[in-house]
Amino acid sequence: MTKEATLEPELSHPMDDLLRMDRIPHIWCPTCGLGTVVTAFASAIEKLQLGLDDITVVSGIGCTGRVAGYVKIDSFHTTHGRAIPFATGLHLANPKLKTVVISGDGDLISIGGNHFIHAARRNVDLTVICVNNFIYAMTGGQVAPTTPLTANASTMPYGNFEQPFSIPYLADSCGAVYVARWSALHVRRLVTAIAEAIAKPGFSVVEVISPCSTLYSRRNRLGSGLDLMRFYHDNCEIKHGADTRELAIGFQEKITVGKFIDRDRPTFVESMNNWYGKVFGDEYEPYEGSVK
Amino acid sequence: MTADPKGVLTGAHYLDGDHAAAEGALAAGCRFLAGYPITPSTEVAERFAARIPKVGGCFIQMEDELGSMAAILGAAWAGAKSMTVTSGPGFSLMMENLGLGIMMEVPTVLINVQRGGPSTGLPTLPGQADIMQARWGSHGDYEIIAVAPSSPQEAFDYMIMAFNFSEKYRVPTLVMMDECVGHMTEKIVIPEPEEIEIVPRKYYDGPKEDYLPYNVDTDMIPWMVKAGDGYRFHTTGLTHDERGYPVMNAECQDKLVNRLLDKIRSRVDEIVVLEEDQIEGADTVVISYGISSRVAIPAIEQARADGMKVGSLRMVTVWPFPENRIRDLAQKIGKFVVVELNCGQMYYEVERAAAGNAETLLVPHAGGWVHDSEDIYQAIKGGER
Ligand SMILES: Cc1ncc(C[n+]2csc(CCOP(=O)(O)OP(=O)(O)O)c2C)c(N)n1
Ligand code: SF4
Ligand SMILES: [Mg+2]
Repeated sequence: MTKEATLEPELSHPMDDLLRMDRIPHIWCPTCGLGTVVTAFASAIEKLQLGLDDITVVSGIGCTGRVAGYVKIDSFHTTHGRAIPFATGLHLANPKLKTVVISGDGDLISIGGNHFIHAARRNVDLTVICVNNFIYAMTGGQVAPTTPLTANASTMPYGNFEQPFSIPYLADSCGAVYVARWSALHVRRLVTAIAEAIAKPGFSVVEVISPCSTLYSRRNRLGSGLDLMRFYHDNCEIKHGADTRELAIGFQEKITVGKFIDRDRPTFVESMNNWYGKVFGDEYEPYEGSVK
Repeated sequence: MTADPKGVLTGAHYLDGDHAAAEGALAAGCRFLAGYPITPSTEVAERFAARIPKVGGCFIQMEDELGSMAAILGAAWAGAKSMTVTSGPGFSLMMENLGLGIMMEVPTVLINVQRGGPSTGLPTLPGQADIMQARWGSHGDYEIIAVAPSSPQEAFDYMIMAFNFSEKYRVPTLVMMDECVGHMTEKIVIPEPEEIEIVPRKYYDGPKEDYLPYNVDTDMIPWMVKAGDGYRFHTTGLTHDERGYPVMNAECQDKLVNRLLDKIRSRVDEIVVLEEDQIEGADTVVISYGISSRVAIPAIEQARADGMKVGSLRMVTVWPFPENRIRDLAQKIGKFVVVELNCGQMYYEVERAAAGNAETLLVPHAGGWVHDSEDIYQAIKGGER
């Protein structure tokens, strides 16, 4: 290193602590919403004053699935759709860790849909951040179970005719204890939602409507990521506690955002401990993890 | 290290192979089982579910076998000894995350209580037709370790062996049972905890800042850490470097895949366990594993009584294949007779290793029942020089 170089002020970033700087630049496109999601996640951890050793991230496969590779905490980049069951095992073996699943709409709701509904039903203490960009981005813009009716995708070249899922409705009906939806534009509220979801014992879901500027937007002639953000700005309507049956998203129609569900229900581990405590009485030692 | 007494039910018991396998897992220190019911394997999960509340651990019946296999990988990364159990159709579903376990080098154990296939096949009847799937069922190049018990006692013993292999070599290890062994009830003896040898996980204990999840020494086996220990590591199913970071090129692929292969291949002779009987001077050697090795006994005894020189080679470990031993034997004997409940799987491995130096005969069986001893006898006799 030259003498001049050492005199340069050290370049640092407030998120250095949380990011694997040795992996930057990342693979995401300019104006993709994923950077915002990672920033919001980092801010939520900060807000909660959580130690970085006490939290883990599990991702599946996709553009969103790559989040696990960029956060400097114990992080697992697993198989397509299996982030939730992998995280379930991780959490059950050590329930003291905060286990957060960050993955895409296709990953969590299509190939991983069965795991999503059952983890919600069992109320496994996981936080799921589902990045909904309305498309399979990583593989080039195929239709997703969240693609709005009539929107174009590479495997729906004449527009989508399949009814999409509404993620909050699905999560609510399966028993999730915390359900919120924000867009990548609502950074401050997103941070609060992620923090609340992590703090909440049980299966919590934060859906993030996120611009995929390269595929979804381009295929549908919606302009740049910035144009999509403008669209969210003009068309998102905040409605806390909205009836989750009314949260369907139409193509370029209004998007209802907010905190929809916040309720209490015993988690999988609590239910197990309560029940075995009743069955076995003092002979049962409450389970706190299988790791000594 | 010896077994944690909490999981060890020392004493003599009458148990079927499935129940014995569950006891073997508990004795080995397994404290997490994720599974999905399927005949004829379900009793393993049932016994684990019944025993675990008081041993201290967790059982979860997952929504499917895809999830079960994923869950045991996650549990292992949190530091648990974990396992799952299934049969044919579920084994197929587990292939996806078995590959992840191989790539992430996760110590964990998977039991397949084999039944007749393909597809739903014969849910309540035996088969050994998944033995090649055990070797090659997940995509990509890999090496794996698999053991094949032939009795409830061995179901217990080999579970401990399987956990020890998985920890020592950081590879998911398969226990290839079959319906007969799973459902036969026999006396088993569970030793005292201090008589049970347990291989501890290869944990890293160097300076935190120097830790790289896939850095290896000459033994080619990386050191493990647990989630939550403060190493803030990353692991992925993608091709990765020592840091566990994805690297998408042929050089990294070459280095990683060859290490995954070599960590097993270079130790085949150390891993392989064979039970050999009267091989010295034999003309014919009967090769078998699992239930077929028991079914072969009367035929071998009959042939010996008739004056034939017959040796027996029972594969305790079915993978990695005992290449050197078979190659060696082929020089000395006239014929191998391979007895397995399928229409030719391990048979081709034997034939390949024999390389024309000895004849290789298969006693096939499509599954659904065990071999007729007479068929085995005729195969031994037929090729007698
Ligand atoms: C079993 C399996 N099937 C298919 C794929 C290919 N694949 C990779 S990512 C992906 C879709 C990802 O979509 P989503 O979860 O919405 O993530 P995004 O890229 O949009 O963030 C698919 C189908 C795979 N990796 N594994
Ligand atoms: S393809 Fe879409 S989702 Fe993927 S990085 Fe680019 S903008 Fe983001
Ligand atoms: Mg997507």
